[in-house]
Amino acid sequence: MKILRDLFKDYRFCFSFAVLVIILIMAFLSRFSPHDPTLWNVVPKDLKPSVKYPLGTDSNGQDIFWQATYAVRNSLIIALIAGTVSRVIAILVGMVAGYKGGTTDRVLMFISDSLLVIPLFLIMVMLAMMVRKFLNLVVLGLLLSAFGWAWDARVIRSVILSLRERDFTKTAILTGTGTVKLVLNEYMPFAMPLIFSTLINNISWAIGLEITLAFLGLVNLTIPTLGTMLNWAITYQAMFLGRWWWVLTPVFISVFLFIALYWLSVSISEYLDPRTRIQRVGAE
Amino acid sequence: MAFVKRYLIPRLIQYVLVIWLGVTVVFFIPRITPNDPVMSMIAMMRARGSTLEPGSMDGIINDLTEMYGLKGSWLSQYWAFWGRLFHADFGVSFFQFPARVNKLIATAMPWTLGLLLTTTAISWTLGNIIGGLAGYYSRKGWSRTLDAVAMVIRPLPYYIFAFALLILLTWIVRWFPITGGASLGAKPTFTWGYIKDVLWHSALPALSLSILGGAVNFQTMKLIVQNVNAENFVQYAKLGGVTEGRIVGKYVIRNALLPQITGLALSLGQIFSGALITEIVFSYPGLGMLLYNSIVRGDYNLIMGITIFSIVGITTAILIVDLTYPLFDPRVRYD
Repeated sequence: MKILRDLFKDYRFCFSFAVLVIILIMAFLSRFSPHDPTLWNVVPKDLKPSVKYPLGTDSNGQDIFWQATYAVRNSLIIALIAGTVSRVIAILVGMVAGYKGGTTDRVLMFISDSLLVIPLFLIMVMLAMMVRKFLNLVVLGLLLSAFGWAWDARVIRSVILSLRERDFTKTAILTGTGTVKLVLNEYMPFAMPLIFSTLINNISWAIGLEITLAFLGLVNLTIPTLGTMLNWAITYQAMFLGRWWWVLTPVFISVFLFIALYWLSVSISEYLDPRTRIQRVGAE
Repeated sequence: MAFVKRYLIPRLIQYVLVIWLGVTVVFFIPRITPNDPVMSMIAMMRARGSTLEPGSMDGIINDLTEMYGLKGSWLSQYWAFWGRLFHADFGVSFFQFPARVNKLIATAMPWTLGLLLTTTAISWTLGNIIGGLAGYYSRKGWSRTLDAVAMVIRPLPYYIFAFALLILLTWIVRWFPITGGASLGAKPTFTWGYIKDVLWHSALPALSLSILGGAVNFQTMKLIVQNVNAENFVQYAKLGGVTEGRIVGKYVIRNALLPQITGLALSLGQIFSGALITEIVFSYPGLGMLLYNSIVRGDYNLIMGITIFSIVGITTAILIVDLTYPLFDPRVRYD
């Protein structure tokens, strides 16, 4: 509880917390939606925001508010799948490379360096074009996770490298602790805060890439996500026709979401770093 | 010699290996995914209303298989693939037939290169100078204000930022032309009028890329400078009566600039991808727009050409940045 109290002294954490709570409530509300998100013409078209339709309706005859709840939910699902799976890959690669060293390390780091250097966006576009028919939320999440681990594997590896040289490692090995147990029980607690902060950044990256791929029309456009909502609004020239409520809904939600995720990660990592924590919340 | 042996040769080997890996991935993507490019091509031709006679079907399948380089075993396909790459031959574009992919890329290249070089230079230089000053004077009001602005801009993806800027500056305040690389019907000539037109049209994509890239450089530089500030030599210089301007310009920023060179090399791939997306948002006629058109039309050869070209281009650019690094850092001169 004390940790939370300290964190709430940071205005950035408060902002992020508030935005994320609102967004999670929206995602949860999608369960109570009166409309099926894949059906068209369930409400009158192109209505301005009103009491009955809080965010108006679009040219497909869908209620934008309820559509947005689904979009938020689906975007979060994709990002969570991408974030968790790529975290597992990053932890495995980082730990094996850091602990084994030698040729294994060199090969794994070569692969992750290459992923950092190659313009991945183009590879993703090629892949998405090829599997477009099979792109549901899970496949897209997995696709993103296959490319999102490289930097974080490097970070985890460097943590392991420094832990390996510490005395407790030698003590553990000499007393007969197995490698797996050593890594899971002794090293993981050190790496955990770092992994959590990379998870937030990765979620933000995945949401952004989904929006970009949807903008290019490379995902299944019948599943509402933040990206596909924006894609429909642009396809129907919503801005030229003055239907600002349609375009601005996904834009505002995503801008707030990205800022909230970034501020959350900054405030948490500043809290975890004792030097900046003293500046912010004072020494105890 | 030590420089060549310990730095240059390993770096060159890595360069070749990265290109090999990238090209191999590009080779395998259409072959391991459950999609038959030939069949989807035919389906698309049908959907566009071209009538195919039953007899000519086999011939078309045969031709397409050959054009995609899908004949023979994987190994022989792989060799043929590399053979074509060495002759810089990416085949023909399907939907701008019979234009060659090379030619299309060559036409779009100068636009992207111009935009990318200018904006990267602007955002790197300005971001680092302003970030360095803001880091040195981190307690001043203007430094805090700039930091707050960067905190809002930094997390936005290229696409969302470009789109927000587009809405703000072309629809709400209407300062800029909405799209394109030049006015419609303008002839590319070396007159001041045309150049002004091009610059005016590229102002928005350039602004978008510069602000976003600048915010990133600003933040990292500010952080590094704040750390350098705490080092003994800065305190010593202050106590020794060295003027502030000299400390900031000569000692602090120059020391902090080194990791920023590495940072530039590492983020070039992302900057490039961002530039492609920004081009699409503003309909700027570079590689990004070419990519967009080829996605919409399912022109696989063209996408493959752009991807391979970009992989080679980006890794080469990173190699060049890396090789200039010893010029800046006296500690890695390897002699």
